[in-house]
Amino acid sequence: MTIKEQQDRIIEDFEVFGDWMEKYEYIIQLGKDLPLIDPKYKTDDNLIRGCQSKVWLHAELKDGKLEFTADSDAVITKGLVSLVIQVLSGHPPKEIAEAEIYFIEAIGLTSHLSPTRSNGLLSMLKQMKLYALAFQAKSMQN
Amino acid sequence: METATAQDILWPEVELIRNEFPILQQTVNGRPLVYLDNGATTQKPVSVIRSMQEYYTQYNSNVHRGVHSLSQQATAAYEAARHAVAAYIGAHHHEVVFTKGTTDAINLVANGFRKTILKEGDEIIISAMEHHSNIVPWQLICEEKGAKLRVIPVSDKGELDMDAYRSMLNGRVKLVSVTWVSNTLGTVNPVKEIIALAHEQGIPVMLDAAQAAAHIPIKVHELDVDFLALSGHKLYGPTGIGILYGKESWLEQLPPYQGGGDMIKHVTFEKTTYADVPLKFEAGTPAICEAIGLGAAVAWVNKVGIHKILAYEHQLTEYAVAALRLIDGLRFIGDARHRSGAISFLVGDTHPSDVGVLLDQQGIAVRTGHHCTQPLCDRFGIPGTVRASLAVYNTTGDIDKLVDGIRKAVTLLG
Repeated sequence: MTIKEQQDRIIEDFEVFGDWMEKYEYIIQLGKDLPLIDPKYKTDDNLIRGCQSKVWLHAELKDGKLEFTADSDAVITKGLVSLVIQVLSGHPPKEIAEAEIYFIEAIGLTSHLSPTRSNGLLSMLKQMKLYALAFQAKSMQN
Repeated sequence: METATAQDILWPEVELIRNEFPILQQTVNGRPLVYLDNGATTQKPVSVIRSMQEYYTQYNSNVHRGVHSLSQQATAAYEAARHAVAAYIGAHHHEVVFTKGTTDAINLVANGFRKTILKEGDEIIISAMEHHSNIVPWQLICEEKGAKLRVIPVSDKGELDMDAYRSMLNGRVKLVSVTWVSNTLGTVNPVKEIIALAHEQGIPVMLDAAQAAAHIPIKVHELDVDFLALSGHKLYGPTGIGILYGKESWLEQLPPYQGGGDMIKHVTFEKTTYADVPLKFEAGTPAICEAIGLGAAVAWVNKVGIHKILAYEHQLTEYAVAALRLIDGLRFIGDARHRSGAISFLVGDTHPSDVGVLLDQQGIAVRTGHHCTQPLCDRFGIPGTVRASLAVYNTTGDIDKLVDGIRKAVTLLG
């Protein structure tokens, strides 16, 4: 699936939720199910500091595709991280760098992107794009 | 409109108070707003909002300089606000300097001590429960001067270790600067004793009264405190305005903070003489509208009565602590004998930000995180807390909704 198709799939998934509780129940479950990050990558270097919760993000290029693993100390943040990873992980750096991310607003979670929420989601999105740009630049040099 | 609060069990008249706050009459995420983040900022009664609107619609003009009528009216209102705040804290009006807020007031004093008093080897005492704004200004000047910042420890219950404090007082200490009420723990510190002990050794004391001003009667002359800072926006007034109280002798002694208009007596290129206190510290056009708004806020608090507020909030805090205690796995951070305003807690191993997000979904505003007291959170070995902080317009209904909201959040996070 392309990044766009992944986003549209998530938007469709969220349409079935009747109220905020169902929605957050799902996000919390995603948070709990997020595959563990290799502890060796849970370093201060990989830490994206938000005011409220911590997010660790690791990026690795495999067969020309960028793969992300991440963790957070807050489970809702972790659920949101899981969604972003579903969308962006496993695509070529160029596609990630150029991707337009619209699903977060579409599923009514815009408040999590506000800088005042400072839960690291916005910083994480930025960081993922930066990794993509860096790997893209590197591959062009080679 | 809610009906649950119409017959509040502690204070039926609280509904009349709530009606004076337009912002409280709304829904957030489809639920009636429960505002429990008053430690960060309080909401404003309609009289404050109206006073500021009147200023801009009827007599906006610069103060202390024009001979025209509007300027005189603005100056009169600005100075009346100073008198109102002075009366509220039991001070003379010339001992009250308008500042941007508590942080600005602390920085003003720190700057004065840096220039004229603090020397290498001197000491300044703060406490482990200070807000960053009562840590960093002192840290900066201590670093610059080679002075030492000493910290009164806090017990597991969140109270100051007074024995340690006593042993820290010595001839090298030039100032004690502590908070009256902890913004994170809600602890009310024994400020009278703190001041008396310091004065025995001739050491001046500054109080951060940001979290006290809306909750506890302040009488600076009775306390004999040397400096006291508070913020308007935590006292039902606007942002961008606060005050520094200083004993006249101290304000005379400290040098100007900033240079500019309004703070001078006479300027030549060779030498400038300064205006008398407090104007010596008010360079440039001040926040006139905000000062007038703060005056209106103080008038509003006087109308309700600070003693009534103290008594009601005490009961409401007890109600809240008792209700929260019944939640499985909830533990309080800070359990002081004397407390006011803030109630901090954690539930099981849930992250404060997760609880905060799920409370917000239910229209309940609390603060989560470290509350600008990182050293204090480190002291308790926690990343932060969930903090509910009360104001006079909160009700037992608000507390019941908070308790239900936490239970729902914890079930979801389960």
